Amino acid sequence: MPRAKSKRRQQAGHLLMVPVDWLEERSGLVGGLKYFLFRKVPRDSNWFHTLGSATLTAFIVQTVTGVVLAFYYKPSPDEAYASIQFITNDLTLGWLVRGMHRWGASVFIILLFLHMGRVFLFGAYKYPRELNWLLGVGLLVLAMLEGFTGYLLPWDQTAYWATVVGINLNATAPFLGPFLSDFLRGGQEIGTETLSRFYSMHMLLIPGGLIGLIVLHLYLVIRLGVTSPPWSDEAAGRERAEVVTAKRGLVEPRPRGDGSVPSPSEGTLTGEGPR
Amino acid sequence: MADELERPGETPEHEDAEAHLPSPTIWPFGFAGAVALILLGLIISFWATAFGIALAVVFGFLWIRQVTREVRGEPEPLEAPAPGAAEEPVEEPEEAEGYTRSKFLEGATLGLGAAIGAIVTVPVLGFAVAPAFVDQGYPDVDIGPLENYPEEEWQIVTFTSNADKGAVSRRTAFVRNNGLKDQVPSFTIISNRCVHLGCPTQPQGPPGELRDIETSQTPVTLSATTPSGFGCPCHGGAYDIEGNRVAGPPVRALDRYEFSIIDGSLWLGSPYSVSEVEGEGADAVIVKYRPADPGVHVDGPEQVFYPIVP
Repeated sequence: MPRAKSKRRQQAGHLLMVPVDWLEERSGLVGGLKYFLFRKVPRDSNWFHTLGSATLTAFIVQTVTGVVLAFYYKPSPDEAYASIQFITNDLTLGWLVRGMHRWGASVFIILLFLHMGRVFLFGAYKYPRELNWLLGVGLLVLAMLEGFTGYLLPWDQTAYWATVVGINLNATAPFLGPFLSDFLRGGQEIGTETLSRFYSMHMLLIPGGLIGLIVLHLYLVIRLGVTSPPWSDEAAGRERAEVVTAKRGLVEPRPRGDGSVPSPSEGTLTGEGPR
Repeated sequence: MADELERPGETPEHEDAEAHLPSPTIWPFGFAGAVALILLGLIISFWATAFGIALAVVFGFLWIRQVTREVRGEPEPLEAPAPGAAEEPVEEPEEAEGYTRSKFLEGATLGLGAAIGAIVTVPVLGFAVAPAFVDQGYPDVDIGPLENYPEEEWQIVTFTSNADKGAVSRRTAFVRNNGLKDQVPSFTIISNRCVHLGCPTQPQGPPGELRDIETSQTPVTLSATTPSGFGCPCHGGAYDIEGNRVAGPPVRALDRYEFSIIDGSLWLGSPYSVSEVEGEGADAVIVKYRPADPGVHVDGPEQVFYPIVP
């Protein structure tokens, strides 16, 4: 016997599985999670393929730290700056969480672009994955809107004037620009409404859109699978060619009825070889 | 029999299954309307209820009569003649396929869902978008007694443009008293908002001491200066002393304010946009435009890109 588990241990193991089995029987979630985590990927996938998950991780960090920051942040012109100072200087570990959110925002955007570059250079945007590229572009736009709306929230001089310039930049767009800027400001002048609506967009509207698009994006990744890198033998169809020729008996010549082994060149002349 | 089998898509079993379905009927609509009338009558008038009850009885009777026709063994009306009997079962399923009950229910569910969705969404969307486009106007602002504005001198005035909104509505303007022109006081009042992208422009000259003065509203801060022009620190826009663009990315001259004099105090009115100023001081010729966002052309060929400015 290679391994003799004590009876007690086995019982404990079963006991642990009881809630998992209970959940699986009623929801199928455990199987779904296993399918998601242990699905097949090309054998020559490499570290570059982790950039998407890294971006997702950055987004999750932003979500978690953002939710916690919202406990203390006050989106009104009189209190916003003071509440940020309070978070940074007075709250235990506030400096860390705010720092994670502030720098994580840049990390998120950088990873987005790296992931996008990987997909482009690997040709992973091609059929049948065009739709996922489009979804990814939507995610990029929403992520940048997160950056734009989040930048105002500290309500310091940099934040204020950067947003003034940003909104007026939108106003110069032909035809709809002036309407867009009025919508962003919540009126004719930057003020209380601007800050609170930027806060609402930053923490409710845009994250909702981001989460929805991420779900669709992941669904398509799971449905369509991961692409091999461009240097992949398999992706280039080389192995498939081997399989075909092997079926025709050209790679490993089969013995004839009389026991003699044909040479490969002979095989191609019998009419059974490649066209 | 052979005749029937030759018809495409029609088998005897199919007809058999179809035969047990009650034929389509319009009476439930009338019955439902009558019930609605009864309920309405409970609120408005007894007679409406009575009429509703009568209608419900009539339509209910007609509905039941229609549904139970087969059970009672009554011949179907109109299509009863024996020679046409072979044709009748063909036509009915075709009609049914055109607009079946399940299709009606599907359409009704989707339609009702859409209606409910619209009822909820339209006001919310309107609330999200519309308030931003309501013309909030610009309240007049008292920026202090006239003694503070000596003739031919520039003052940098920082004021609260909307007392209700507090410090967030602090704005700055450059004010010069041009003296009397034809017995009428003249002031040049230029907004400090750069018309490139909205940064605060600075006077090109030494700022004087800051002094706070009381007004009938919120106190304002004055500072005398002797500018040679105005410049924007953000992207290098430069303006001359009348606010005309001389260099950099701005697309028009600096915005200005209307003014009035009430009880010896200078009051700021609405801001307005300016394309270009000809002449100087009291003699300046200015064409006023509605206040536009920075970067928006108010004249010239580019104005076609901004046909409607909210």
